[in-house]
Amino acid sequence: MIASFNARNLVAALVIAGLLLLPLYASISGNVFVLTLFTRIVIFALAASSLNLIMGYGGMMSFGHAAYLGIGGYAVGILAHEGIGSGFIQWPVALLASALFALVIGALSLRTRGVYFIMITLAFAQMAYYVATGLAPYGGDDGLTIYKRSDFAGLINLSNRVQFYYLCLFCLFGGVYLIWRIVNSRFGLVVQGLRSNEQRMQAIGFPAKRYRLVCFVIAGTLCGLAGALLANNTDFVSPAVMYWTRSGDLMVMVILGGMGSLFGPVLGAIVYLLLEEALSQVTEYWALIMGPLLLLIVLFGRGGIMGLLGRLSRG
Amino acid sequence: MADSLLRVENLVRRFGGIAATDNLSLDVISGELHAIIGPNGAGKTTLISQLTGQLSPNSGTIHFAGQDITRLPAWRRSALGLARSFQITSLLPDFTALDNVALAAQAHDGHSFYFWGNARKEKQLRHAAQSALARVGLADRADTLVSKLSHGEQRELELAVALATKPQLLLLDEPMAGLGTTESARMVKLLQELRREVTIVLVEHDMEAVFALADRITVLVYGRVIASDVPAAIRQNEEVRRAYLGEQHAVTRHG
Repeated sequence: MIASFNARNLVAALVIAGLLLLPLYASISGNVFVLTLFTRIVIFALAASSLNLIMGYGGMMSFGHAAYLGIGGYAVGILAHEGIGSGFIQWPVALLASALFALVIGALSLRTRGVYFIMITLAFAQMAYYVATGLAPYGGDDGLTIYKRSDFAGLINLSNRVQFYYLCLFCLFGGVYLIWRIVNSRFGLVVQGLRSNEQRMQAIGFPAKRYRLVCFVIAGTLCGLAGALLANNTDFVSPAVMYWTRSGDLMVMVILGGMGSLFGPVLGAIVYLLLEEALSQVTEYWALIMGPLLLLIVLFGRGGIMGLLGRLSRG
Repeated sequence: MADSLLRVENLVRRFGGIAATDNLSLDVISGELHAIIGPNGAGKTTLISQLTGQLSPNSGTIHFAGQDITRLPAWRRSALGLARSFQITSLLPDFTALDNVALAAQAHDGHSFYFWGNARKEKQLRHAAQSALARVGLADRADTLVSKLSHGEQRELELAVALATKPQLLLLDEPMAGLGTTESARMVKLLQELRREVTIVLVEHDMEAVFALADRITVLVYGRVIASDVPAAIRQNEEVRRAYLGEQHAVTRHG
């Protein structure tokens, strides 16, 4: 057990160090593209980590998590479009809108279980998608270009590649730290207990739904932050970020990295997006290679990459 | 009559055309150990599930400590001091024994909307859990995952979890189910100690244990109470004998 613990920690530490030093590498090698790529990866790692909170720790298989990417993004985009460029307004609005959306769809969908929960979260996300395509004043189907990134009154310049990268990284590490605190807290134990055996938890006196709902809202809010970052990264937001396949991507990242492991989704996001990048340069039918590859990892590496690492070091 | 802690009146629960609980009334007096027995399919677990709120009755009422709890959800009943153990072991398999009990203690220590502090380092919860574990003889298994515990240990843990909620009334659904002779004897001894502290409703197939422990025994057949009395009287009861000899038709005629 100790050995596996160490192997996982070692990989996590290496990845953290790598992410921290990446801008240095980019400037030495003059490879700007790698920084752009990893900014995107870090943002998706945050989104996947937030999904892991409900999916891995809470046992709530939400298939509509990408909706918050869109909601956070549109909050930034629409405010920017209306001339409100301050990040101090844009970002809280993005978080608040995501939290509200999570509260409403959570309150409705948490009445159901299993496949029904998957379907209803999917349905709500698709509704958000279609609402966005109907937003004619804000680009509708074509999406909305953001001409100016969020302005933080000179505190930080989001248009500076390196500064923006570090902001994203700060949000990721902060998010993962928050999740770590939560899963070990009283609240976190209740949520994990509900995943393990809801009947038992109710019998000892826990009202299941309100704990699940709060967890659902926290995860949605965190993903809304990823959405705000993503919109700034691409200078653009469109309904496509909310499409159900995006939610599927997030789920794959979580499962690939290791559901219910703190750092798994970060690894999952890195591996998934790097593979996508590498394979799409080889062939346009990259999904044909990606699919079976993921299948192998899921079949033979139960617990994802984190699970594999655990077993490798155990012998 | 001494004050009854639990009063069930005219409870009915149907599954399709079958009345699993059929106009059942029952009183559990504060401080007693009240056993409920009956042949397979008599509706014992169905009754327990209605008492704890996992199942709601079609009609009838349940009063606990003077309060109508018929429509309260399970978690609220637990908060009032009603605890249960499950016939088929129901624990948190991927948590340690100590975690299982500590969560039960946590459930009765205010709300759990604390997001920051490490709950596993809260001394008072851990101590409460540790002492409940010691109570049932599992002190040295505290850090073992529940899925790695033996069946007997899991039965004992069920009891520790129920105890950690500081119940007024303990509903035990076949705590001896699947236990070997020595384990059963240990469980009986444990219940003998516990009965001094808490009112117990015991559903059990093990007749030897029931007659050794119970102050009063209620006999269920086809969801109905056919007798409710002290053990000596139950032993003499003709109708009960018939039910246990398998002459079910004779019993239905009487009901």
